[in-house]
Amino acid sequence: MRQIWDIHGGVHPPENKHQSLRRPLATIPLAPELVLPLNQHIGNPAVPAVQIGQKVLKGQLIADAQGIFSACIHAPTSGEIIAIEDRPIAHPSGLSAPCIVLRPDGEDRWTALQPCEDPASLDHVALVEKIRAAGLAGMGGAGFPTAVKLNPRSTDRVETLILNGTECEPYITADDVLMRVYADEIIQGALLLARIVGTPKEILVGIEDNKPEAIAAMQKAAQGTPVEVVVFPTKYPSGGEKQLIQILTGKEVPSGKIPAQIGVLVQNVGTAYAAWRAVRYGEPLIERITTVVGEALGVQRNIHVPIGPPVAHVLEQHGFAASRCARIIIGGPMMGYSIEDPQVPVVKTTNCIMAPSIEEMPPAPPAQACIRCGMCAEACPASLLPQQLYWYAQAEDHQRLQNHNLFDCIECGACSFVCPSAIPLVQYYRAAKTTIRRIDAEKQKADRARERFEQRKERIAKAEAEKEAKRLARKKAAEEVKSRLEEPKPVVVTVDPVASAQEKAQTAPEDADSQHKKLARQLESAQIRVQHLQQQIAECDDATRRDALTAQLRQAELKLEETRKKLDDLERGVSLPLEQRLQNVAQKVQASPLDTQRNAVATIEKRLAVAIEKMEEAGREGKPTLAAFTQGVEKLRAKLAEAQAELAELEKQPQSPADTAADPQNDAAAAAIARAQAKAAAAATMSPEEKHAEQLRSLRDRVEKARAKLAEAETSGSEHVAALRTGLEKLEAKLADLEQQGK
Amino acid sequence: MIDLLLTYPIISALVALGGLSVFFGAVLGFAAVKFKVEGDPLVERIDELLPQTQCGQCGYPGCRPYAEAIANGDAINKCPPGGQATVNNLADLLGVSAPTLDTEEGADTDVKKVAFIREDECIGCTKCLQACPVDAIVGAAKQMHTVIADECTGCDLCVEPCPVDCIDMLPVATTVKDWGWQMPKPAKGPHIIATDKSVPQDHAA
Repeated sequence: MRQIWDIHGGVHPPENKHQSLRRPLATIPLAPELVLPLNQHIGNPAVPAVQIGQKVLKGQLIADAQGIFSACIHAPTSGEIIAIEDRPIAHPSGLSAPCIVLRPDGEDRWTALQPCEDPASLDHVALVEKIRAAGLAGMGGAGFPTAVKLNPRSTDRVETLILNGTECEPYITADDVLMRVYADEIIQGALLLARIVGTPKEILVGIEDNKPEAIAAMQKAAQGTPVEVVVFPTKYPSGGEKQLIQILTGKEVPSGKIPAQIGVLVQNVGTAYAAWRAVRYGEPLIERITTVVGEALGVQRNIHVPIGPPVAHVLEQHGFAASRCARIIIGGPMMGYSIEDPQVPVVKTTNCIMAPSIEEMPPAPPAQACIRCGMCAEACPASLLPQQLYWYAQAEDHQRLQNHNLFDCIECGACSFVCPSAIPLVQYYRAAKTTIRRIDAEKQKADRARERFEQRKERIAKAEAEKEAKRLARKKAAEEVKSRLEEPKPVVVTVDPVASAQEKAQTAPEDADSQHKKLARQLESAQIRVQHLQQQIAECDDATRRDALTAQLRQAELKLEETRKKLDDLERGVSLPLEQRLQNVAQKVQASPLDTQRNAVATIEKRLAVAIEKMEEAGREGKPTLAAFTQGVEKLRAKLAEAQAELAELEKQPQSPADTAADPQNDAAAAAIARAQAKAAAAATMSPEEKHAEQLRSLRDRVEKARAKLAEAETSGSEHVAALRTGLEKLEAKLADLEQQGK
Repeated sequence: MIDLLLTYPIISALVALGGLSVFFGAVLGFAAVKFKVEGDPLVERIDELLPQTQCGQCGYPGCRPYAEAIANGDAINKCPPGGQATVNNLADLLGVSAPTLDTEEGADTDVKKVAFIREDECIGCTKCLQACPVDAIVGAAKQMHTVIADECTGCDLCVEPCPVDCIDMLPVATTVKDWGWQMPKPAKGPHIIATDKSVPQDHAA
């Protein structure tokens, strides 16, 4: 006798297994339409391998596995594919998912199968491939692709193969019936699976002691084989994978590990049966045994059902009374879920369809406050602390939930079952698990987004740096060319300045000519540049670029102006007759101190006028040089005053006789000149308004004088009256004009 | 020397203290160099909490700049994609009371969205490619563009530059795969006691 271990916690709900065991295993007529979801298993959905309108035979592949974590789907009967579309599927969410819809033709004609008389002749790889091709997924309820489970990592050696015939959920008897009817096939399947995983030390079949007939059948079938049927006391949830391992071997699967890591492999008895059928007869997984039970049904029993008929069709065949039915449940009362739409199809993992009456399964009473009785902790088969998890789930304290091993919860519902406050604890855990998984997924996505963002930034920075490097290279090249052009220019001059000046003087005429030419060339190029820049500005629509261009234009214009001025100067200088220049020089030399002084005054006045003009310009444009200009003007004024004072001094002194003799009217003329010059100087310092007013005043004076003269002439009967009158008229017109301007 | 120290014990004390301070100064200096913290760990931690949509709705060019701004004292409620949950997490991290999300910075929508390009209308201008902060749009000049839905953060930044307005922000439909159980609704008042049950619902609530 084998030693049996016990698990922590567990509950004993009413078994209610007898209802569905009163009648023998039966079959039902085919539904008019079979709906085959592409994802009946855990993992990637299968990919349709048929087209709409295509005729298929029973057992023909209609959807191929996508990747390793997936399972194939085959036609449960012969018929026509009428749609590949989203249909509601058996899922707690009630959502729709892609399905292949098959309309049976009623002939139920098999496709050509590839049976294998002697599975022992096949090796591991071929066997796994056959199981994979048959689309096997765990029949216990979760639907884990069997082929994946049979390919454990090379480091994990399977010591113990366990077939799970526990069926601890109340009401469900599908495995019980399977073991009673197909015990031999199950044992063959067990041996086959054992061969695939490399002949483990022990092959166990775990069955609860509430199934005596199944135990007897299995023990009989197992005689003479290495398979050992182990019977243990009934307790919910012994059928959980980790719980069953603990009961049969005493080993506990560590948190976060899988059984293969401790050398154990668990398969459902249904899976073993399907594996045997798949290998021996080449039959894919297209039908299963399902318990149809509940007080809202006239007939409660187990049936052979192909994959795909709507739940409503199955219920109809069992005298379903919708008015009596509380809700339709897929799976057992402990771990199953309600469905809203009875059109959802039966799939590979549907082990039970429940249609309980309201009395049989009354709605859950309202949840009350947790009283911290601790019964849930006593019932938990995973040795967790359900009430703590409940508090943390409510507070959404995900860190603490994980610290309390929320993910070891198998959602068996034992805690909710014992809770005196009727708190739907499992729902809290499921919701918390969902949220944590979602947050993890979001975090992963955020990390990826961050990485991508950083990479993008890096890429842009790199492109920018490359551009900058190219720009610098271009600039450097340009500078090199420029410096090469400029190189021959600076020739060190250590020649005698006098000699060079003489030389310059000698070469001056030619120089002037060539300079003129050069200046003309410069002028032309400057004009072209200005035009070009103006055009560019007109075409440019980028604000910053336009600013830059405008600045360039400004510079070009300045240069143009400068060149033009230089050219003018040159032309003037050249055009001045040599004699006149000589005369100028002679005059300068011969001029008396008085003349010199006068010339000096005139020069200062000129400079002052220019300085004032400049200052005004600076003032208008708000240049920072205004202060400097103002200072310059002040200085010049002071100088002018000094010079004028000196001039007055000189004028007071007795003139040299020669001077007086030569030019007796010189003094008067000089005085007039000085006055005019002073006036001009004053005018130069005046603002335009003042100038205008001054002009106006002088004009008025002149008009007054002319009038007086005219009146005098008229009274004296002079012959100049007509001339004087026209003169006055002209002056008056001028005055009117000026006044008009002033306004 | 020893005589000197013996004569003036104050000197020996000063020498001892001076020696100690030099020693500890050297140790601290070494530690400061050896265990130097690269970057600002607070910024890293804030950045971890931000949703990394890189949408710029906070007014900063990406999540990290906003994390730096928060570390420098900016408000923590400027992240609409993160929603109130992010605000609360940031408040937890920084030890401040959680302000409500600044909805002026953008609407707080729980619905996740991804960009979708109506491919018939796309003219291949590459403007959305340049706008995407996570390079989730593939395409080339004068070629049709498309969004890699898995990489799209739903930041909205590609919608505005599109000259033909062919980008839609579509809500992500829940599929069987990412569907999850909801928290049970909390019990509505203590209606267990008979006298409570007699009170009309709206009064009791």
